[in-house]
Amino acid sequence: MDFAFMQEAFLRLIAGVPLTLNLAFTSIAFGAIFAMLLALMRMSNIKVLDWPAQAYVFVFRGTPLLVQIFLIYYGLGQFRPTLDALGLWGFFREPYWCAVLALTMNTAAYGSEIIRGGLQAVPHHQVEAARACGMSGFLLFRRIIFPIAVRQALPAYGSEIILMVKATSLASVITMMEVTGLAAKMISQTFRAVEVFVVAGVIYLVMNFIITRIIMAIEWWLSPHLRRPPAIEPRLEAAHV
Amino acid sequence: MSNGVLPLSSQTVPAVSISNLRKNFGPLEVLKGVSLSANEGDVISILGASGSGKSTMLRCINMLEVPDGGDITIGGETIRLKKSRKGMMPEDQHQVDRIRSRVAMVFQSFNLWSHMTILENVIEAPVHVQKRPKAECIAEAEELLAKVGIADKRNQYPSHLSGGQQQRAAIARALAMRPDVMLFDEPTSALDPELVGEVLRVMRSLAEEGRTMLVVTHEMGFARDVSNRVVFLHKGVVEEEGPPAEVFGAPKSERFKQFISTHR
Repeated sequence: MDFAFMQEAFLRLIAGVPLTLNLAFTSIAFGAIFAMLLALMRMSNIKVLDWPAQAYVFVFRGTPLLVQIFLIYYGLGQFRPTLDALGLWGFFREPYWCAVLALTMNTAAYGSEIIRGGLQAVPHHQVEAARACGMSGFLLFRRIIFPIAVRQALPAYGSEIILMVKATSLASVITMMEVTGLAAKMISQTFRAVEVFVVAGVIYLVMNFIITRIIMAIEWWLSPHLRRPPAIEPRLEAAHV
Repeated sequence: MSNGVLPLSSQTVPAVSISNLRKNFGPLEVLKGVSLSANEGDVISILGASGSGKSTMLRCINMLEVPDGGDITIGGETIRLKKSRKGMMPEDQHQVDRIRSRVAMVFQSFNLWSHMTILENVIEAPVHVQKRPKAECIAEAEELLAKVGIADKRNQYPSHLSGGQQQRAAIARALAMRPDVMLFDEPTSALDPELVGEVLRVMRSLAEEGRTMLVVTHEMGFARDVSNRVVFLHKGVVEEEGPPAEVFGAPKSERFKQFISTHR
């Protein structure tokens, strides 16, 4: 092991972290919205909404992300005249947007199943209590169903976020110079695969360590009801609520 | 319409009136034409063996179950129903929501919202359904929590409380909506025996305040001493009805005689 070289590799690869995180969080943000939509379609009990959502989830969970990235980046290039005519070529020409699109579509499929599980596990009697108070529709969803579902879905969604951070490495195959892209480039210049990939692996590990801590903190913050109550009621709090 | 009851009509119009209520679950006829009327201040105990339809009847009053026939009238306002492919359904969800916010319900398994503190549970409906100012709701909630004896639990979560405390919190949540009618669906059936008393005491004090209450219960003591009318349901029909002294003293129905002999 050449530690001086590894240090050099670290300094070069770390430059890819912003792009890795950018890809991950852009696609997670769009993907979560899309996932919620898909979950609601699945649970709508309306066939014309349920079936497309089911088919979508089946296709995107059933095919490799790498294949999806290739199909979007290279495959759609064959339809350039059509995309030009639709004014979409500017979007599909950019490897960044192709990667974001593929990652978003992929995480939406997985995320929708996690959200659906969370929504379906909301205890029926708590929903009934809300109905009995005169809540219905969006108010019921916003105040009761969604907050409970989020708490139930968060551990699984945390895993999905970590999977997404790692999945961004596939964007390197369509010329994105994120951490893995930079690592591959450096290896082709130095032929020292082991050191470079070890460094790349460590960088992913550190990123995911921090992300898991953040998710744990959110979980902790959202679940005071699962912890033991404070032994003594804090008196100061009683003065202002 | 602050409380939904017009001062003129409150003299004559019953708080709740059920007429010829019918409800099926598939081929099973649970309610076969039940009629019942509660005036303001009435405390009605609804007794019956399990499967007699007593809970279903209560749940029809606030449309947690949609009846297949008959009318439900709350404070003079009849809930409009319409036929759909899946059976009957409310014609106007807004009307149902409005009526539900005047008819509070206390459930057997408390059904407090697990992600909210006790205080948040109590102010939820007043703030978000009735759109009353939050500060006013908090002040009122604190009075109610003190009244049911759990003021010190206000910042704790339902899972931190005993069953009896949770049920008292649920009663405070129901009271916070300033309801015209309160429905209790076997409020003490899920409680350990030593916790039943604390909940019954709260319910007794509500009865003494003159609140209109419909209580599905197995507590014969409550039915006898607190309520001013007892209704006994058997297989979806009213089998016996009257003031407690009358029905317990001289029951007319053979079924009810049997029932009270097994529920001492």
